[in-house]
Order: sequence, then structure tokens, then C-alpha cells
Amino acid sequence: MHELGIVFYIIRDVKKVAEENHVPLVKTVVMNIGEVSTVVPEYLTDCWRWAADKEEVLKGCELRCNILKAVTTCNACGAEYATVEHGKICPLCGSEDTVLKCGNEVEIKEIEV
Amino acid sequence: MDPVKVIEIKKSIFEDNEVDADNLRKELKAKGVFLLNLMSSPGSGKTTTLIQTIRLLKEKLRIAVMEADIDSNVDAVKIKEATGIPSIQLHTGGMCHLDAEMTRQGLDNVDLEGLDLVILENVGNLVCPAEFDTGSCKNAMILSVPEGHDKPLKYPLMFSICDVVVINKMDVLPYFDFDLDKCKEYVHMRNPKAQVIPICAKSGEGVENFAGWLLQEVKNWKNQ
Ligand SMILES: Nc1nc2c(ncn2[C@@H]2O[C@H](COP(=O)(O)OP(=O)(O)OP(=O)(O)O)[C@@H](O)[C@H]2O)c(=O)[nH]1
Ligand SMILES: [Mg+2]
Ligand SMILES: [Zn+2]
Ligand SMILES: [Zn+2]
Repeated sequence: MHELGIVFYIIRDVKKVAEENHVPLVKTVVMNIGEVSTVVPEYLTDCWRWAADKEEVLKGCELRCNILKAVTTCNACGAEYATVEHGKICPLCGSEDTVLKCGNEVEIKEIEV
Repeated sequence: MDPVKVIEIKKSIFEDNEVDADNLRKELKAKGVFLLNLMSSPGSGKTTTLIQTIRLLKEKLRIAVMEADIDSNVDAVKIKEATGIPSIQLHTGGMCHLDAEMTRQGLDNVDLEGLDLVILENVGNLVCPAEFDTGSCKNAMILSVPEGHDKPLKYPLMFSICDVVVINKMDVLPYFDFDLDKCKEYVHMRNPKAQVIPICAKSGEGVENFAGWLLQEVKNWKNQ
């Protein structure tokens, strides 16, 4: 459900960049999507197809998602570990005092024109 | 084939919203209006809690409500009928959350002159409303007993951004295995500063504690 909302933000930002660069047609939009961003890439591309084709400058434009690994840092022992496998609890020392270092990104990386 | 040119953007889609939200907060501050963002799952008791809270505060504060339902005006009508205060419907256009821009468009339809408090009932959803700052001065959420005490573990972001967590439907506690102490512990794991306020919105029990917190926050906002 959330993905359609995200698509509208992407369209808004990409249209702005296209305008600033006098680009008549965008071929590809490349996204960086963190593993724990709550965005499902398949839903995002489905919503994208539907919404992008309604925009002149985005007709037929492909949306590609790079998935970024999520990494958590343990404040107790300083270790860095894969968030998806181990969650909130540090696999090395068992501490719950951990913070997400990266992996919740939803960003537009670049466009191909 | 035409050569492909790449234009680097590297921009988070949340970036603009954070700027919009900070601007909105500044404008509200200048007008002396406090905006509360109220969030929860569908049916946790947002509207019922608002009605009870407004009854306790409407002699002390001038209040308006904005209801963000995806596609109905049931809640806006209910609030107006039960409390007599102005209540408007925000049209989210199918969107699963409100951002600062939509909140601003809603506020454009509210007469802010002389108001102290605007309460925003956000879309019923524990995921994305937490990711989009609405420009509110404080965030509150409602967790109801039937939803279970482990929600803070499952939706950490929501609990980490809320200043207050209201635990509603305390009257049905005997029928569920909801553990209030565990729930408080989990909330504080995510957010040590959050206040946890148990209430029964149906009877009004405990609502005075939430209303008291809100009244104090509105005063702090004006005097800051
Ligand atoms: N038993 C009990 N029921 C309650 C309580 N508070 C609300 N309810 C009931 O829960 C249902 C949903 O309450 P609402 O206030 O409409 O909840 P809401 O969060 O505004 O719902 P949406 O706007 O649809 O997301 C209604 O049937 C209420 O009567 C309570 O303290 N105890
Ligand atoms: Mg409601
Ligand atoms: Zn959303
Ligand atoms: Zn560790």
C-alpha cells in the first residue's frame, strides 16, 4: 500500500530534475532501497509502471532497484553485523543496545536519459 | 541507439518532507498553535479518545480537529456532533500516510486565528506514518489491549518517535493476555522518554491523564 505513495514522491523529484536538465524523456530511474526500509521492490516497480506511464516524460521509463544491505552496530562491543539475519540482538555479545547503521534508505540514485 | 546519459541525483525521498515539516512547525510556533499528531492501527480508539479528551479540554483551550480518513467523513462528523468543535476531513487520495505538505493543505482549511490546539487523526497504520514528519509539535499513539503488548517490538520506529503511548481499552484486559508491565518495558526499550498512559476511552477512565499531559504541552509550546 505504501509503495504507491513512494512512487508519487519519486515522480515528483524525477520530473523536477528532468525539467532542470531539459530532458524530454527519462529512460531509467535507479533507486537505492535499504533491506529494512519497509519498501518492497516488486510492489514499487508495479506501482511505478501504473503511475509513470501517466506522465509524458516518464512513458515506458524503467525503475531499477539496487538493494542495500542493512548493518547494525552494537554499542556494547562495537561489532557490526547483518541486521536481517540477527535483528536487534548482537550475535557476538548478546547485547540489545544496538543501532541501525544503514539499511533504511529510500533514495533516488540516478536517472538515465 | 542514442548514447545514454546518466544524471546523478542521490537524494532521499524523505528529504523534502523534513524541510517542509520544520517550516510548518516554525509557522505554527509563530501563530501560537500547537499541532498534535495522533497515530494508531485502525480501530484502536483514536476518535473515541479524542471525543473524551476534547470534552475535558474545550473550556480551557480552543481546539480544532483534522481527520485523515482514506475515503469517508464518518469520524469528522462524529467529532463535530459529539463535541461541537470544528472538525474537517482531510482527503488523502488513497495515501497510506500524511506528509507535511498534506498536513499544510489541511490546515489551510482551518481558521487558525485564535486557536490553541489542532489535533490530527492520522491514517490508521503503524508503519509509514512514523516515517513522515507531519510538522506536528508532538506525536502521540494509541495501542489498544487486543493488539497485544509486543507491538513495540514489531513496530519499533513508531514507538521511538512518540512522546506518549496511550494504552486504550483497559476495560477488556481480563479477556486478553495483555501484560501492561511488559508493554511498558518494551516501549521504554525503544524510547526511554515516552510516557505510557493506560485509559479506557469508552468510560473515560484515565483520559484525564492524557488530557493533562496535552494541556501542559500546549502551555509549554506557547511559553517556549
Ligand atoms: N471496549 C472498548 N471499546 C472501545 C474503547 N475505545 C474505543 N472502543 C471501540 O473501538 C471501536 C473503534 O473505535 P474508534 O474510536 O472509532 O477507533 P479509531 O482508531 O478512531 O478507528 P479508525 O479511525 O477506523 O482507525 C469502536 O467500536 C469503539 O466503540 C474502549 O476503551 N473499550
Ligand atoms: Mg477514527
Ligand atoms: Zn505510507
Ligand atoms: Zn555486541
